[in-house]
Amino acid sequence: MTNKVIMGFTLMLILIVPAMSLHASAQTSQSYTITGAGSTFVFPLMDNWRVEYNKIHPEIMLNYQSIGSGAGIKLLEQKSVDFGASDAPLSATDMQKAPGVLTLPESIGGITVTYNLPGIDKGLKLTGPVIAQIFMGNITSWNDPAIVSLNPGVNLPSQKIVVAHRSDGSGTTYAFTDYLSKVSPDWQTKIGQGKSVPWPLGTGGQGNAGVANIVKSTPYAIGYVELAYVFQNKMTYAFVQNADGNSFVEPTLDSVAADAAAASGSFPAADGDWSKVSIVNQPGSNSYPISTLTYVMIYKDLSTVTGETQDKSSQVLAFLDWIIHDGQQYASGLLYVPLPDSIKKIDENGLAEVTFAGGAVPEFGPIAALVLAIAIVSIIAVSARSRIGFNPKI
Amino acid sequence: MISVKMKKGSPITDKIFKFVAIGAATYVLAIIIMIVVNLTTGSAQIWQQEGISFLTGSDWNSVEGRESYGAAPYIMGTLVNAGIAMAISVPLSFGIAMFLSELAPKLLRTPLAMVIELLAAVPSVVYGLWGLLVFRLYIQNWIEVPLHNLFGDQSIIFAGTPFGLDIFTASVVLAIMIVPTIASISKEIMLAVPNSQREAAYMLGATKWEVFRIAVLPYSKSGLIGATILGLGRAVGETMAVTMLIGNATGAAAFPSSLFAPGQTLASIMANEFAEASQGGLHLAALVGVGLILFLMAFAINVVAHLLVARVVKSHEGAVLA
Repeated sequence: MTNKVIMGFTLMLILIVPAMSLHASAQTSQSYTITGAGSTFVFPLMDNWRVEYNKIHPEIMLNYQSIGSGAGIKLLEQKSVDFGASDAPLSATDMQKAPGVLTLPESIGGITVTYNLPGIDKGLKLTGPVIAQIFMGNITSWNDPAIVSLNPGVNLPSQKIVVAHRSDGSGTTYAFTDYLSKVSPDWQTKIGQGKSVPWPLGTGGQGNAGVANIVKSTPYAIGYVELAYVFQNKMTYAFVQNADGNSFVEPTLDSVAADAAAASGSFPAADGDWSKVSIVNQPGSNSYPISTLTYVMIYKDLSTVTGETQDKSSQVLAFLDWIIHDGQQYASGLLYVPLPDSIKKIDENGLAEVTFAGGAVPEFGPIAALVLAIAIVSIIAVSARSRIGFNPKI
Repeated sequence: MISVKMKKGSPITDKIFKFVAIGAATYVLAIIIMIVVNLTTGSAQIWQQEGISFLTGSDWNSVEGRESYGAAPYIMGTLVNAGIAMAISVPLSFGIAMFLSELAPKLLRTPLAMVIELLAAVPSVVYGLWGLLVFRLYIQNWIEVPLHNLFGDQSIIFAGTPFGLDIFTASVVLAIMIVPTIASISKEIMLAVPNSQREAAYMLGATKWEVFRIAVLPYSKSGLIGATILGLGRAVGETMAVTMLIGNATGAAAFPSSLFAPGQTLASIMANEFAEASQGGLHLAALVGVGLILFLMAFAINVVAHLLVARVVKSHEGAVLA
């Protein structure tokens, strides 16, 4: 009789406990889709992060739409993505539209001045003001005295300079014109700084690839593209005079990182006003002066985002924490500049401020451990009980 | 023997038919109205700020604090680009259509017509990439550089640095893109001319050209105008391929001053700058305003086309209408 009760009880447990533990484990492995949108510049790196993060956390999917920084900020303002990514910081008006947004630098880009001069290798020496005069159309020939005097011994051709620039609004243009505005008052007053500026001359190419294509296929052309593009396409590029004026710096991952590190002392906190932040033209003998930060932007209170749950917000945080730490190792392989420690620190402080509806976002680790522990205990219990129950009585 | 039994029409099916048909017709109207309302409200800011100088000005500056917008260079660019493309493609298309309808042996007619329609189905980005990576180098080396060297910078239309990304290349590729559209419609229209007309002309001893001139052309005139306008509509609105090839100058630099100078069209400036224009700002309003201008231009083209067709139909009573 008691045996029968035990049998029945065991059977019940056999049916219920696995169901419960299955349910519990289903919760731990519930998949989340983190959504992000914005910068096309950071897309190759973001896509790599998606793949690598998915290997460690198969339950996390990242859906990143590289629709352009401006559109990414718009989606962030509409609260329809978990994070936005932008090559330019939020402007003052954007900050009013999306109050409480944290700005987290997530990678660094360098911009090279690339040219196509038959017979001349990389390393033409240029200063900021000379670059500005070329892109304004005041220096029109390659053997202009201003260029020749910087490059003694280089046989510069007497050919017209063909200027290529970006036709689409872009963070690359923003950073390039930021630099030119800082080094050339002439540029500052006549043209200024922006994602698209009124170019007085030249041909516009779409995207970095478009400008790279024009410069590569056109002798005597000059243009500006992201660091990665010149390396990938084996293009020739100029060494640019540093802010100190004592050397011409070759654009490399190291020299761009040196520039960013030199600037990081003056950065605001993640919830501060980043609209004036610029890392161009920083001191240091090995600081390549034309560089830019790209940012991930999230709401300080993640419950602001439509459809956000507490569980998911902790996943978003875990992912962002991963990209600024472990994720950085994938940057240099794709020719992005890894974050220096000083900038990582700003990001860490920023992420620590994130809340969900006013409360701290729970760490995911302890919950997962708890659920797993319960599951294991119940499985052991079941197997122990079932051994009693199913041992045939002889 | 086949016999068709017809039920007496029930009033309900009739009502459903009426409802569905009216609904479908309203849909088109509703979409157009929504487009107009959206474009107008979206661009209201720029009209308030710039007024008429948005149409006549040539400034295009989106730098914060210095914003100023004028779409005149892009309006000109669109007209010049589409104009050159039409000048190349219309004679070519009519030639193709004439060959197919009047001269081609029956055996050749169907496959050739199919090939032309296949060309119309090639996506514009493919034409754009081909133009950018392949075709422009030939244009540059075989046409632009020789012409430039021959006439030099003194000649206005061949001035500038010829390197392939300019109004000329964009127009030529655009012409290639619209030929299939115009040609295939023109062919259908010419084929629709009753054979009795041709036979009558032959009977009077007309040659093949004369048959075309006195029998086919008058009958198909209105349809050919319609086909041309359809091509023009595509040329004005074409975005992808043109953006890749026209060189994308902005502001005063985009005025089509020379065939070999980079330009910009209404469609391409939107494609270039829309994604990164700051939301709710004047820049976005200006781009929506450009969209409104393009919409009105397309509207005007269609109205003119209808008027033209109507006039031709009137003067040739009984002509074939496309």
